[in-house]
Amino acid sequence: MTMLRLATLWLDGCSGCHMSLLDTDERLLDLAAMYEFVHSPLVDSKHFPEAADVVLIEGAVSSHEDVARLRLARHHSRLLIAVGDCAVTGNVPALRNATGAAAMLRTVYLDQPALNPQIPATDLPVLLELALPLHHFVTVDLFIPGCPPGAETLLTALTGLAAGTVPGPPLSTRFGA
Amino acid sequence: MHRDELRRRAAEHRLHLEGFAHHLLVCSSLGCAHNDALITALRRSVAERGMESRVLIRKTGCMGLCALGPLVAVQPEGWLYQHVRPEDADVVVASLGQQPSEQLLVPPDLPFFARQHKNVLALSGRIDPESLDDYLAAGGYAGLFAALDMRPAEVIRRIQESGLRGRGGAGYPTGLKWATVAKARGARKYIICNADEGDPGAFMDRSILESTPHAVLEGMIIAAYAVGACQGYIYVRAEYPLAVHRLKLAIRQAERHNLLGHAICGLNLDLAIQIRLGAGAFVCGEETALIESVEGRRGIPRPRPPYPAEKGLWGYPTLINNVETYANVGPIIDRGSRWFAALGTEASKGTKVFALTGKIVHTGLIEVPMGTTLREIVFDIGGGIPDGHGFKAVQTGGPSGGCIPAEHLDAPVSYESLSELGSIMGSGGMIVMDDTSSMIDIVKYFIEFCMDESCGKCIPCRVGTAQIHRLLTAFQERTATEADLAQLEMLCDLVKNTSLCGLGQSAPNPVLSTLRYFRQEYLDRISESRQPEDRP
Amino acid sequence: MSEPILTLVVDGLQVSGLASETILKVARENDIAIPTLCWLEGLSSLGACRLCMVEIEGSPKLHPACVTPIQEGMVVATRSERLHRYRKAIVELLFSERNHICAVCVANGHCELQDLAVQLGVDHIRFPGRSPQLAVDASHARFVLDHNRCVLCMRCVRVCGEIEGAHTWDVKNRGIRSLIVADFETPWGLSETCTGCGKCVQVCPTGALFEKGRPVAETHKKRPFLPYLMANRAREHR
Repeated sequence: MTMLRLATLWLDGCSGCHMSLLDTDERLLDLAAMYEFVHSPLVDSKHFPEAADVVLIEGAVSSHEDVARLRLARHHSRLLIAVGDCAVTGNVPALRNATGAAAMLRTVYLDQPALNPQIPATDLPVLLELALPLHHFVTVDLFIPGCPPGAETLLTALTGLAAGTVPGPPLSTRFGA
Repeated sequence: MHRDELRRRAAEHRLHLEGFAHHLLVCSSLGCAHNDALITALRRSVAERGMESRVLIRKTGCMGLCALGPLVAVQPEGWLYQHVRPEDADVVVASLGQQPSEQLLVPPDLPFFARQHKNVLALSGRIDPESLDDYLAAGGYAGLFAALDMRPAEVIRRIQESGLRGRGGAGYPTGLKWATVAKARGARKYIICNADEGDPGAFMDRSILESTPHAVLEGMIIAAYAVGACQGYIYVRAEYPLAVHRLKLAIRQAERHNLLGHAICGLNLDLAIQIRLGAGAFVCGEETALIESVEGRRGIPRPRPPYPAEKGLWGYPTLINNVETYANVGPIIDRGSRWFAALGTEASKGTKVFALTGKIVHTGLIEVPMGTTLREIVFDIGGGIPDGHGFKAVQTGGPSGGCIPAEHLDAPVSYESLSELGSIMGSGGMIVMDDTSSMIDIVKYFIEFCMDESCGKCIPCRVGTAQIHRLLTAFQERTATEADLAQLEMLCDLVKNTSLCGLGQSAPNPVLSTLRYFRQEYLDRISESRQPEDRP
Repeated sequence: MSEPILTLVVDGLQVSGLASETILKVARENDIAIPTLCWLEGLSSLGACRLCMVEIEGSPKLHPACVTPIQEGMVVATRSERLHRYRKAIVELLFSERNHICAVCVANGHCELQDLAVQLGVDHIRFPGRSPQLAVDASHARFVLDHNRCVLCMRCVRVCGEIEGAHTWDVKNRGIRSLIVADFETPWGLSETCTGCGKCVQVCPTGALFEKGRPVAETHKKRPFLPYLMANRAREHR
């Protein structure tokens, strides 16, 4: 069996979905038999590879950088999978959408008691006005909701993909699960 | 008063009117401004010439050609003067018995008038709307008097034979509705007149109420007699103060002359009619929402069945017809079903009133036989498109109607043909667009109207119209994608097929009809840069 | 005269019911599941959510099962590709309407909207969220109203008016701007008509109405209390 090239991407999320992947525990070894991890925050690689078979993307699209990384991943991947509620619906990052990015920064950095209330001038990405799910920017091949989706769910999806079937809903997961 | 007394009264008033050599009829509708000053000026001019005993000045309802208003009609000469200002009073009065004033005269052969066929509007602009005697003298209430000699079933049969269909929009056979209410079992029955005319640009019902309020009452009394109702309501929008005023006056006159109240015309017939004011919600024109509103609740539609004919106001059988439908009733009974059925097409009988607005020379109120083509209405009666522009589309049926393009101008106006073209008859709004109009802008306006006026009860209409509005904004701003076009079509299909009431079900019509006839305008606005050509 | 019993076919199954019964009632009695949201046993039927729409042979229109009475010989389909497509889109429209963020919602795991999404295979929302700015009314001593989670099913309005008889809840505005309000738009805690019975909280399908001080895991809604209450009332009445 040829190994599939698997990439994962971490946009505006809490990393919980990546934790869920690690939560497969010893079955990571099974995954390693099916997939070659070519790019991920979990492995040491700086650039998105030229060709990936599958990319799992966690997190909402919240900044210009997110958009660029998402589009790059889309161009270089055969199957793009939105993993977790942030990637699927916007979820917690999208809480700011009712008031906009500037108001959120004010609330976080100025309105809350702090030693030195100021919005950081550097080290913050330039935020988009809205935090949006992936499919508002690119074509998504599979949606796996959940916050986070459980290890079993991810395992089922990845095993299915490796076997050449795209698992459709219902996966045993839901929004907020 | 018994019918003979009323007939005598009518004859006396006719004699009184015939005593004047000249009648000056001044349009006093909302559309014709300054008419009070004009009437004062005319009175003064007549008095200065000592002609008071020979010239009668009367306020009337709308004469139809609003674009040329204020209008003054001179009878029996048959002249019509346009754009009459108070300072023209002397010219008008001086012309009496002489030659008409060339500068004010509307050409007598103007197709606007020649091509119309006035039935509902026959007395509009010819009698004083605030005078019961005027209405009686012009033959008013003759339909009622005739009906009272028939059995109720006979009245219903006549309405059925006439082929009259509801003028409020859906075109349900009026006689069938009456027969259902007459048959329905209930301790009491109600009749309602739907005068909640809410379509933007529509003023058919307002004009009828302002010009011949007694014609509506007459229709209602006949209907109440036919179905056995003893209480009636007229649900009219508060935005029509003049119509409300004249209705109140007419009801009081009718009560005083025993045309309403107990033992109408000395017969075993009771009917009280009250006015209910609408508070500005478009959806209250939907019959079940209207009923909720009359009952004092939030105006939101109920699922049908049960239909109001079985369970309507306070759970009792209720007949709801629109203003123009009731106004048709008296003439049908008076002149016969055959006379009415001879007008119009096979399935759409009689005449229909339209409010002609938009990019058209002769804006105004018109009445034509069903089956008249759109071309005749727009180009002959309406005088075509102003400022040298070309015709692009005509929107019929208000915010939930469709836009009909030039290639279908020869379609006859009837319930069936308009529906085949993806539009509706609606209550009679007709908005003409010229070649400078953007269909997307217009459609977005209508969807915004439906979104704002959705009652919010059912999800497809409440949220669906809002999402459609968002998509149209994207087309307007040229940021839409092909996926947006597909989503727009999907949402229109959803809202049309799953909404609870007629408002939601027809809200996508403007989008659907323009997607059918003006699809290129949508395609032209799809942004190239946002195409998701993103797979490897 | 006893009520006539009619027979009809639902999803190919021969079933029967009383003439006054609705398609939904007869279907449920025969274990045929039709998705619902605004409907709740014990309350009047609104026909508002349009999820229970079914196809009836010979009729081009769709009919809400919760308010459509059965008829002799009727042939009903509660499932079809078309119905599924519409139901799915309606649930997606609801998710897009307000701020339904399940992960941080008190009703997470006990929510009928969430359940509908699973049932209908809604794994993402095709329409952009409208993200309205909506208030949370926590002025009541024991309960909270969070407009962000409200789906305007009117269960609270109905249970308060029809069962409790207080009519504290009603709706202000119309269309997409509709909002549930207490009395004449007073903060819930200051309402003079609210009896504090909590029925509205129990019937609310989402996290729009909830009890204070209960963690997500302990937020259970006792929706079946209504038929029980109604049965007891009927018995007392006799």
